[in-house]
Amino acid sequence: MRHTISVLLENEAGALSRVAGLFSARGYNIESLTVAPTEDPSLSRMTIVTHGSDNVIEQITKQLNKLVDVVKLLDLTEGAHIERELLLIKVNVNQVAVCDDLKRMTDIFRGRVIDVSDSCYTIELTGTGDKLDAFIKAVNPKLIVETVRSGVSGIARGNRTLRT
Amino acid sequence: MANEAENLTGAEIVVRCLEEEGVEYLFGYPGGSVLHIYDALFTRDHVNKIQHILVRHEQAATHAADGYARATGKPGVVLVTSGPGATNAVTGIATAYMDSIPMVVLTGQVPTTLIGNDAFQEVDAVGITRPCVKHNFLVNDVKDLATTLKKAFYIATTGRPGPVVVDIPKDVTAHKTTFEYPATTELRSYKPVQNGHPGQIRKAADLILSAKRPMIYTGGGVVLGDGSEELIQFTQSLGYPITQTLMGLGAYPATNKQFIGMLGMHGTYEANMAMHECDVLVAIGARFDDRVTGEVDKFCPNAKIIHIDIDPSSISKNVRVDIPIVGNIKNVLQDLVKEVQNNTRTVDEAALSKWWAQIHNWQEKNCLYYDHGSELIKPQAVIETLYELTNGDAFITSDVGQHQMWAAQFYKFDKPRRWINSGGLGTMGFGLPSAIGVQLAYPDRPVFCITGEASIQMCIQELSTCKQYDLPIKLICLNNRYMGMVRQWQEMFYDKRYSHSYMDALPDFVKLADSYGHLGMQITQPNQVENALKEAIALKDRLVFMDFITDPAENVFPMVAAGKGQHEMVLSPLSPQMPVERELA
Ligand SMILES: Cc1ncc(C[n+]2csc(CCOP(=O)(O)OP(=O)(O)O)c2C)c(N)n1
Repeated sequence: MRHTISVLLENEAGALSRVAGLFSARGYNIESLTVAPTEDPSLSRMTIVTHGSDNVIEQITKQLNKLVDVVKLLDLTEGAHIERELLLIKVNVNQVAVCDDLKRMTDIFRGRVIDVSDSCYTIELTGTGDKLDAFIKAVNPKLIVETVRSGVSGIARGNRTLRT
Repeated sequence: MANEAENLTGAEIVVRCLEEEGVEYLFGYPGGSVLHIYDALFTRDHVNKIQHILVRHEQAATHAADGYARATGKPGVVLVTSGPGATNAVTGIATAYMDSIPMVVLTGQVPTTLIGNDAFQEVDAVGITRPCVKHNFLVNDVKDLATTLKKAFYIATTGRPGPVVVDIPKDVTAHKTTFEYPATTELRSYKPVQNGHPGQIRKAADLILSAKRPMIYTGGGVVLGDGSEELIQFTQSLGYPITQTLMGLGAYPATNKQFIGMLGMHGTYEANMAMHECDVLVAIGARFDDRVTGEVDKFCPNAKIIHIDIDPSSISKNVRVDIPIVGNIKNVLQDLVKEVQNNTRTVDEAALSKWWAQIHNWQEKNCLYYDHGSELIKPQAVIETLYELTNGDAFITSDVGQHQMWAAQFYKFDKPRRWINSGGLGTMGFGLPSAIGVQLAYPDRPVFCITGEASIQMCIQELSTCKQYDLPIKLICLNNRYMGMVRQWQEMFYDKRYSHSYMDALPDFVKLADSYGHLGMQITQPNQVENALKEAIALKDRLVFMDFITDPAENVFPMVAAGKGQHEMVLSPLSPQMPVERELA
């Protein structure tokens, strides 16, 4: 099953490679991993999306907890939670018809055009992975110049929190 | 005056921190990046209580520190230089990691200004060691040095112990700061558990007392957690059979009648059969290693399992358990003994005596049988004789191979921390350097290193270290002219194609020992074994290298082959009790 795990860890050099090393050394799968410092600059927060049987997920959470740099973690999948991902996509727009089409679609998906040049629009879109997939599918693949996705960030709904 | 903060260099701080930690021995080897630290050691030599032990290879420094730690329970401490010093130490760090041995390894590093420049003798020591340490640190600022070292010792010795590497750039050892050693340390991200969950312990007591065919299976965790006394009390209050892993030997006295031998790949018939047939299994400080379980799908098919361990990630890793208890072995066993005593149930004595009758039946197979009438020296006989001559009270270190298994099978350890071997990583070369650490810790106690002619050559240079520090270790080399364990597998599973397992061009070990300033002996006849051992043991102040020319064809039995269940053992083909479910031709 797919699991989204939030990890609070010391914002120290090497902490990220410990997590990445753990996943590769033990053969766990990583679909995406995002990390940035929190409002407390001594802590980083990481969101890991992974797949595995219940046994594997149990081992992943135990092994993560065992890392000395990991302060706390929460398997978001165990409760209601929100996931968001950012997509930046650059599209070729040398025909007016394409331009209009693209703007309309961007509106429908509640995205924004954030950069315009002679030949390209760059669009910003956030949402679940599925929504981003749907948007990319809706654009003529011949016109896509490049895409970049941030990987998933997640947070639990309501009172469930991950903090020190 | 004592409170007045001192302004010290990083190198001086390193030495002072080790003094504060009560370090007795520092196992090391100098080089460019650690010269400031060596200088600080030199200038403080007259006041400090740390003795530096100069090994002949950095691998040996880590094994010696490891042996010291295993024998004493105190952390082993190592100092090596950057680059090749650090990489040479890696095997020993990994060895300690696999067996959860507390160790602090200080590696020199190139100056911070050169890190990342492919500088002379630069390796990413933190990167290289990351997968085989409990934790590691790179110290970028001399102001962090003392607190980092404090953390390193704290992490290495608490919870599930393990090696910690502290990588110290050369400029950090030159910079100065005020020295203050913190009395304690706290890490918000690292809080080892102490007590087990009372509810779980109660459930465990209920299950233990409901057993008809109970089995206690213990591992290295009992030794590491100093839980031997509690284990004896627990086991004896119940009267249940107990088996121990290779790493656990000695925590429960091997001469006690409830002990039915080691389990696993080369465990006794009775221990493996009892594991297979038991209905309640109490696993204590053991991790269900593949060398213990055999094929996991066939492991303990009828048992409800209780697992006590300090490391949550060990629980349900290889085998699902019914009642997990996370906690310090000592505390959990104390609580469990009380719960068992206060429980309304009592041991089912009728079922238990039936169970013991079954176990005695298995014991009749005499699974450790070997030919006592041989004209060649049988390796098992050497160990048995050694056991008798030392009253089972010696420190025994071992290398890796057949000799290691025979030592585990035939030397009956009654006390913990006497059996020192590399179980997890299986590192050939471990035996001699680890004996150095043990002999330094216990200068007046007999220390034997049981080795093979292949293993001993992996760290043989340490004979020189033994000379320098007058360490009267006795080496028992069971010389079968083969990498015996490899030869055994080739005989059994590769149709006797002995690919590169013959030890050709062996040195004359007697002359070799002599050239290092020690005494060498060669023993070729079975009837010389006892007297030779007596003679060597009597030489209390000399290292003796005993080269026993043994039967090259001898194999280790019983054996659970890879892919087999633990009940599917092969016994010695020579055993009068053969064939017993013999699956291998
Ligand atoms: C460093 C290392 N290399 C290779 C091995 C694989 N190995 C395991 S046992 C063994 C043979 C050991 O031979 P010896 O020391 O003569 O002991 P014996 O089995 O003959 O008693 C080998 C090569 C190992 N365990 N460690």
